[in-house]
Amino acid sequence: MPTDSGSQPQTSAPGSGDTPRIVFDDVVKKFGDTVVLNGLNFTVDKGERVTLIGPSGSGKTTILRLLMTLEHLTDGYIYVDGDPLTHELRNGKRVERKAKDVANVRRRIGMVFQQFNLFPNMNVLENITEAPVHVLGRSKAEAERRGRELLEQVGLGDRADAHPMQLSGGQQQRVAIARALAMDPEILLLDEVTSALDPELVGEVLGVLREVARNTDITMLIVTHEMQFARDVSNRVLMFDQGRIIEEAAPDVMFSDPKEERTQAFLQAVL
Amino acid sequence: MELLESLLDAWPQLWSGIQITLGLSLGGAALAFAVAVVLGLGAISEVAVLRGISRVVVEFFRGTSLVVQLFWLFFVLPQFGLRMDSMLTGIIALGLNYGAYGAEVVRGSLNAVPKAQWEGTTALSMSWVTKMRRIIWPQAWALMLPGLNNLMVMLVKGTALALLIFLHDLTFVVDNLRRTEGTYFAFGVGFALYYLISLGFSSILRALELRAQRKLGLKPTRAQTTKATAGAVA
Ligand SMILES: Nc1ncnc2c1ncn2[C@@H]1O[C@H](COP(=O)(O)OP(=O)(O)OP(=O)(O)O)[C@@H](O)[C@H]1O
Ligand SMILES: [Mg+2]
Repeated sequence: MPTDSGSQPQTSAPGSGDTPRIVFDDVVKKFGDTVVLNGLNFTVDKGERVTLIGPSGSGKTTILRLLMTLEHLTDGYIYVDGDPLTHELRNGKRVERKAKDVANVRRRIGMVFQQFNLFPNMNVLENITEAPVHVLGRSKAEAERRGRELLEQVGLGDRADAHPMQLSGGQQQRVAIARALAMDPEILLLDEVTSALDPELVGEVLGVLREVARNTDITMLIVTHEMQFARDVSNRVLMFDQGRIIEEAAPDVMFSDPKEERTQAFLQAVL
Repeated sequence: MELLESLLDAWPQLWSGIQITLGLSLGGAALAFAVAVVLGLGAISEVAVLRGISRVVVEFFRGTSLVVQLFWLFFVLPQFGLRMDSMLTGIIALGLNYGAYGAEVVRGSLNAVPKAQWEGTTALSMSWVTKMRRIIWPQAWALMLPGLNNLMVMLVKGTALALLIFLHDLTFVVDNLRRTEGTYFAFGVGFALYYLISLGFSSILRALELRAQRKLGLKPTRAQTTKATAGAVA
């Protein structure tokens, strides 16, 4: 057993005094009596692409959901650009932040879900323009112009008026990516975004994500079983087991020469 | 022909009864809907106090009889100096009572909108109002219409209690006709008219339901089906 919670691998921003994009500070997450994360620490730099790997139940989804504020943080702190997300330390006490303040920080984060989660009461373009108009206060014309541009980018320029249910899974997921990008997020969370797709549709979605990685400086947290994709787009890979980082390395090192036995076993099973 | 003559004779009375019954139905339904929306949203609120209030109000109006509520509004409130006309009293009693039942339909429908949809709105940082108005409510609406339709039909029949507070509604008129035109005629006409009124409301709500479903893509038109197939192949 190489590590315990006290000596988790710490990441330091390589050669930069910048505020990290994301900081997990002693994060604890319990579901009832189940402890999923027990004092997790890690940081992600601006523009970094980090892939989270690890066996089922190791807490990867939980980490992304905590960042998206879809789960309640049991203890500890999460910072985005130095700003506390849901909880902060005030006068030596850990207090929950006001909903409005949480919303301000959360607005910098976008997420793409395994099951797309498109809104069935709207067409494709409306799915994309809804939040820019009603959350960011953009004009409808401006939101539509940008929405069509994004649809073009994900290869669906001609499907703006389609209903989500008329699209294939791969197309729906590309709309979901466009929808998240329309909010100009600083951070994009991708939780197994190709796992619900038929194998022949995986490539088109990963292709779009590779483009996003190439053409933007959005910080990405990626959970995926597509190891080639992870290798190509990420700067760093974190291997989780039971809510702890047991190994971290650059992708080519992690995938070809992992140090930990558990990492080796895991990669052998999935590759 | 005798039947038609009787009907024509009775029509002025019947019509005034229909108007009262329709007025009670529409007024009661409008109030009931407003009550159902407010209490239904309260029931799923993150604020415990709002949930509690909603719970108590719903249980109170569901758990006590409509007739007692009606009498209380009509006979007891005036003793405290609050006197309303019969029509308004009837509408309030129907609205509160059926609104409480409606709140359960609204709550159930909101809860039935998939969790993924709620999470999608959080991931886009939508405010409560935007999330409800633009995403959750339109989906819940399609789910709640069958339940609201049932309640509407029950409410129409419930308006017959109005004669207890001296309103000359359809039931009152029919009962009067019994004396002049005979039992068979009176109650035959009564059955038919209540049935037609219920059917009218029910059809309108059913049309709304189909429209809501079509908006969600649940009942695609033929053109859409063809396009969908083409899209999946493309
Ligand atoms: N809502 C919940 N209630 C109770 N337990 C939960 C809940 N969500 C997750 N868990 C538990 O938390 C642990 C971590 O789950 P999580 O979904 O984060 O794992 P994961 O690494 O994403 O796994 P997978 O690769 O299967 O997606 C699991 O043991 C899971 O059973
Ligand atoms: Mg997961």
